[in-house]
Amino acid sequence: MSAAASIGRYRWWLVAAAAIAAFTLFTADFQQDATTAILAATLRHSTPLVLGALCGILGERSGVVNIGIEGQILMSAFAGFMVASGSGSLMLGVAAGVAVGALMGASLAGLSVTLKGDQIIAGTVLNIAAIGLTSFFFTQGRTIPGKTPIIRLGPLADLPVVGKVFFENPPITYVTLLLVAVLSFALFRTTWGLHTRAVGEHPSAAETVGVSVVRMRYLNLILGGAIAGLAGAYLSLEAVGSFERGMSNGKGFVALAVMIFGRWNPVGAWGAALLFGYTSAIQTQFQFRGWFTDHPQFVGMIPFVVTIVVLAGFVGRARPPAALGQPYDRE
Amino acid sequence: MRFLRAAVVPVIAVIAALGIGAVLILSSGSNPLEAYGALVEGSFFGWEAWGTTLEKATPLIMGGLAVAFAFKAGLFNIGGQGQLLFGALIAGAVGYGFTGLPWIVHMPLALLLGAMAGAAWGAIPGVLKATRGAHEVITTIMLNFVAANMAEWLATKVWRAEGDILVRTPFIEDSAEIPTWGHIPLGFFIAVALACGTWFLLQRTTFGFEIRSVGLNPSAASYAGISVKRIIVLTMTISGFLAAVGGSIETLGVVGRYEPGFNAGLGFDGITIALLARTHPIAVIPAAILIAAMDASASLMQFRAGVAPEIVDVIEALILLFVATPIIVRWFLKGRQDEGVSMGANWGAS
Repeated sequence: MSAAASIGRYRWWLVAAAAIAAFTLFTADFQQDATTAILAATLRHSTPLVLGALCGILGERSGVVNIGIEGQILMSAFAGFMVASGSGSLMLGVAAGVAVGALMGASLAGLSVTLKGDQIIAGTVLNIAAIGLTSFFFTQGRTIPGKTPIIRLGPLADLPVVGKVFFENPPITYVTLLLVAVLSFALFRTTWGLHTRAVGEHPSAAETVGVSVVRMRYLNLILGGAIAGLAGAYLSLEAVGSFERGMSNGKGFVALAVMIFGRWNPVGAWGAALLFGYTSAIQTQFQFRGWFTDHPQFVGMIPFVVTIVVLAGFVGRARPPAALGQPYDRE
Repeated sequence: MRFLRAAVVPVIAVIAALGIGAVLILSSGSNPLEAYGALVEGSFFGWEAWGTTLEKATPLIMGGLAVAFAFKAGLFNIGGQGQLLFGALIAGAVGYGFTGLPWIVHMPLALLLGAMAGAAWGAIPGVLKATRGAHEVITTIMLNFVAANMAEWLATKVWRAEGDILVRTPFIEDSAEIPTWGHIPLGFFIAVALACGTWFLLQRTTFGFEIRSVGLNPSAASYAGISVKRIIVLTMTISGFLAAVGGSIETLGVVGRYEPGFNAGLGFDGITIALLARTHPIAVIPAAILIAAMDASASLMQFRAGVAPEIVDVIEALILLFVATPIIVRWFLKGRQDEGVSMGANWGAS
């Protein structure tokens, strides 16, 4: 394909990107520091969303809808916080968050794969259970030893704009970027990825050639749960530095929209998450500039409205895995 | 007999959840018998206790009905919270903004306009699903967040009580109030009447038959000449209407004004109640009373037995877990057939 043709194909994306760039510069008052701050905040806000979306991708690529990402994130944020405050170690806290996320993934697998319960209801059970359990066991007044530290990647961090945005971040943010790359390779270039996709598209065919549907679905839901657990740990240990009731605040659901917008593809999801992160990042800048400060509620609505618009606009054109949502019965 | 069989799973689910709850209460160092004793006493001993329980049951019945009704068409309405908020806010605005009307006009008008606002809010995900294929689970949850922001804005900027430190609307006129007889709230009976009406609509009308057909098999329904899109939009609209009645009654009969942030989480209780009732509109009433009883006496339980009131949330989650996975309960019953509730799931490939 010629360069001109490919530009033609992506012309609306290019127009959108240019518009966003112009808007960012305008919002940042054409200051380098403010522009960098918006971009860095975009990456930060996108981190839990892309992790949640990766969790969703693993589940859905293998044929299981995961509505319970929200609950997995909340529960892991809580577990990570409690372990970190009890042990005094942030590392242990992150590990606990990941472990609890994996456990939640295993519960979802148990409910939807083994017990063949309805996947949407099983996920809703996880969400409600997470709200109940975290509120019951949470006690005010606990603290943790700070937040996960920012790691500067040597001279790369000194680059203007890019350095601050990409090479001066806390650990989970780096791991997220790594996971996007690793999973997009693994899903499309390895046997595991092929089996996962086969199980999600045509489980009985996969089973015929010796791939265990049950095993693949368990594996992916547990892996996905661990990744959602990382998102939870990000919220309580890296972003906020404490736990609040209901702190996931709908991120697990926005992540599902991110997954769909990214067409069940890790790199696509990352791009979509950046867009959503941007809508949050720009809010802070609005406040800074004193725009819409009389009507903060409208600014607060932006990410949710964007989610709805994206779902309504794109879901028809994006194709989910074929066997999505159906419990598998070996005949 | 059929009724008794249908009740087996929910009853076992409640007992099992209370059992696990007892273990949790024990592990937190309290006496479960004392705690559950306080739960029963605080919600059913005396007229005042009954009054509080029924008052709390009212929005739960409506929330449960909203979810159960949408379930019948195979739709999962998690947006009860947002629809209820709009109902509560608009009922409050009409309740104080319209003056000089007699009670017989003002109260029903406020109730109806509140419910219509929720119906409109519920119609949005219906239209998005029917025309664009956007899954209602995500859109309704997103609309909950939008509704919370929007309601807060309306209560702050448009209908805020003058000079009030808190963000809330002025008190409604006396003529808009839903009365309480002694301790027993009239609103509860409105909810019961609507539950009966919902049952009639679903089981005894052509429209109800169409809704159930779409829920059981959309492609067969479509083949039979039913417009699936029309049913989706109408079902979500009515579901939003039902949820919003709960919010309106709360404003007109209990709180007397709209205050942002009230009743957070009611929409999720609706899911528990609808599943506990096996999506049967009449069964929603006892299911809602059960959950309301736990909510009503949670503080007495904390006072008596020193148990954190959030244990009630845990027990409710466990109930939901057990009713949602009837297979677990079936292990107890060995081989008895039991139809589960099935949503299916596709992101809009309708």
